[in-house]
Amino acid sequence: MSQANKKVVMEVSDEVAIQITDMNKWYGDFHVLKDINITVNRGERIVVCGPSGSGKSTLIRCINRLEVHQKGSIIVDGTELTSDLKNIDKIRSEVGMCFQHFNLFPHLTILENCTLAPIWVRKTPKKEAEEIAMHFLEKVKIPEQALKYPGQLSGGQQQRVAIARSLCMKPRIMLFDEPTSALDPEMIAEVLDTMVELAEEGMTMIVVTHEMGFARKVANRVIFMDQGQIVEQNEPGEFFDNPKSERTQLFLSQILGH
Amino acid sequence: MADLSFVRTDMLPDQPAPLGETGVLRWLRTNLFSSIPNTIITIAAIYAVYFTLSHFLPWAIQPSWTKTSMRDCFDSVEVTGACWGVVTERFNQLMFGFYPPDQQWRIMLTVVLMLAAIAPVLFDKIPRKALVFSAIYPFLAFWLIWGDSVWAPAMVMAGFVIAYYIIKFLNPVAGAIVGITTAVLVAVIWWLYAVVPVSIFINNIIPIELDIVKSREIGGFALSIIIGVSGIALSFPLGVILALGRQSDMFIVKVLCVGFIEFIRGVPLIALLFVASTLLSFFLPKGTSFDLLLRVVILVTLFAAAYLAEVIRGGLAALPTGQYEAADALGLDYWKSMQLIIMPQALKISIPGIVSNFIGLFKDTTLVSIIGLLDPVGLTLAIRGDVDWAGILWELYLFIALMFWIFTFSMSRYSMYLERKLKTSH
Repeated sequence: MSQANKKVVMEVSDEVAIQITDMNKWYGDFHVLKDINITVNRGERIVVCGPSGSGKSTLIRCINRLEVHQKGSIIVDGTELTSDLKNIDKIRSEVGMCFQHFNLFPHLTILENCTLAPIWVRKTPKKEAEEIAMHFLEKVKIPEQALKYPGQLSGGQQQRVAIARSLCMKPRIMLFDEPTSALDPEMIAEVLDTMVELAEEGMTMIVVTHEMGFARKVANRVIFMDQGQIVEQNEPGEFFDNPKSERTQLFLSQILGH
Repeated sequence: MADLSFVRTDMLPDQPAPLGETGVLRWLRTNLFSSIPNTIITIAAIYAVYFTLSHFLPWAIQPSWTKTSMRDCFDSVEVTGACWGVVTERFNQLMFGFYPPDQQWRIMLTVVLMLAAIAPVLFDKIPRKALVFSAIYPFLAFWLIWGDSVWAPAMVMAGFVIAYYIIKFLNPVAGAIVGITTAVLVAVIWWLYAVVPVSIFINNIIPIELDIVKSREIGGFALSIIIGVSGIALSFPLGVILALGRQSDMFIVKVLCVGFIEFIRGVPLIALLFVASTLLSFFLPKGTSFDLLLRVVILVTLFAAAYLAEVIRGGLAALPTGQYEAADALGLDYWKSMQLIIMPQALKISIPGIVSNFIGLFKDTTLVSIIGLLDPVGLTLAIRGDVDWAGILWELYLFIALMFWIFTFSMSRYSMYLERKLKTSH
């Protein structure tokens, strides 16, 4: 990583960005999320980790209602997530999301991928949307690929485009669902660098990842989940050096042990 | 141990490839004579082609294009095979049916304009403004083919324009549901109560009329094209809606779509055509005369739409869920994500299936001969019933087959062009 181990220092405001209270979710009879309580303040960078099947992806997918929760409440930017479609679309346009498999639109060019939502959701004039898109493509360092199609880019480039595409909507919160898990090792760094820059600018971020180096450097809080519950949360120094619960210790020894 | 070091001091010049490794010879060797069984098959195939052509060509190449009856052909010394005179003499009939000869320019004009109307739909290089003509074309074509006052189809079209402007101006003020409902209501009221008096009124002031032609006078390839093209143009949007409906979360919508698709797919087209020609008039209110051709077009459309819906559903199923999620996560609503993200990709995947459905639909138009419409196949019965052409068989069917092949082959070539054009990966 380019800025190795230089801890990102960012202020966290008192303003609440996301408030999750007693949230529960079931897939049929299977209880995936149990009594989740999280308050995220504006400017916080939260890393969520845990073994696979622990519900961490499901948790962040509930925040923009890609998954529906059955009990409890999720309030994003002051708007509660209910089945009201207007609220959902409003929250989704304020909350950016990056996926493990990028999910770029293969039939559109990179530029069109980035301008689509601003034009059709925000009603931004096409020219202005293209300027915004080029600005963010420069930020993720691939403006020269703007007229190519996603299939012609490498995985790392695609993920950076996906980040730029979300940023074009000027989101107040960014969700990352294992953004580097599908990438080759040499491409992970370029994506993480982009995310570090984003954190330095004060973006509120929730990141599901196994990149513990990233967590240590960027996160101001690490949440460890297992079996659908929050098992431990702490600021990264304490979390990694002095884990309290046995499950956390086991998990950390497994992923850091080799 | 052997010495492992090696240094090249002079580079080798290029040499010509050995004989028989390049060009035609190589192609022949790898494709036709690569092994003994392949060589045997090649020789057998060449013989089969030779055998067919040596019988077919002498039969087909005949100076019989000007003959006016079977007897003429039999009596002639030079003619020993095909009697092509039937194609020349009945050409007009095969093209237009019993459309009044002095009005046949209208059909030709309709076809020429059709090419102009389809072009901007098929090729995106043509300026998008040309689509305005494509939108007007169906009404223009209706008027050209059936005649009567131009104001009737013009007023029907006006209904769509009115609905469009209501949606455009009411939606931002009162919301989509109110806007669309009002637009549909006003348009339906306009069509039911205003179109007839208004068009009669305008026609009295500015009469623009063509001679009326009855549906039963239309026949030949004109009929096939009318049914085929309207079937294709109407079944496509309906198929898309049915495919979306079948995937809908709304229970009633889903059940209706599944029910419709499964019912239509379970019934032979011929049965539906009989429904069109006989049964449908029982269900309609007494006294309403509903043009037979129109009924056939409607049922052919419904039939094709059901199949199309399943083809498109296949395309939808092939899309990774990530595409739906990415569209959702960006805040696109259902219709926008379908229009901008899902459908363009699903339709691209389904191009081969969609086009083969369209080809099937176009060829199935020959089935209307069973309910007495005079499409080319229906006309062969009439022509063979004529004393002059009794006993003619191959010449007519070959000609019709060739004509259909030209249409369907162009569709197939277009679909290949489209697939190449839409390819966005390496």
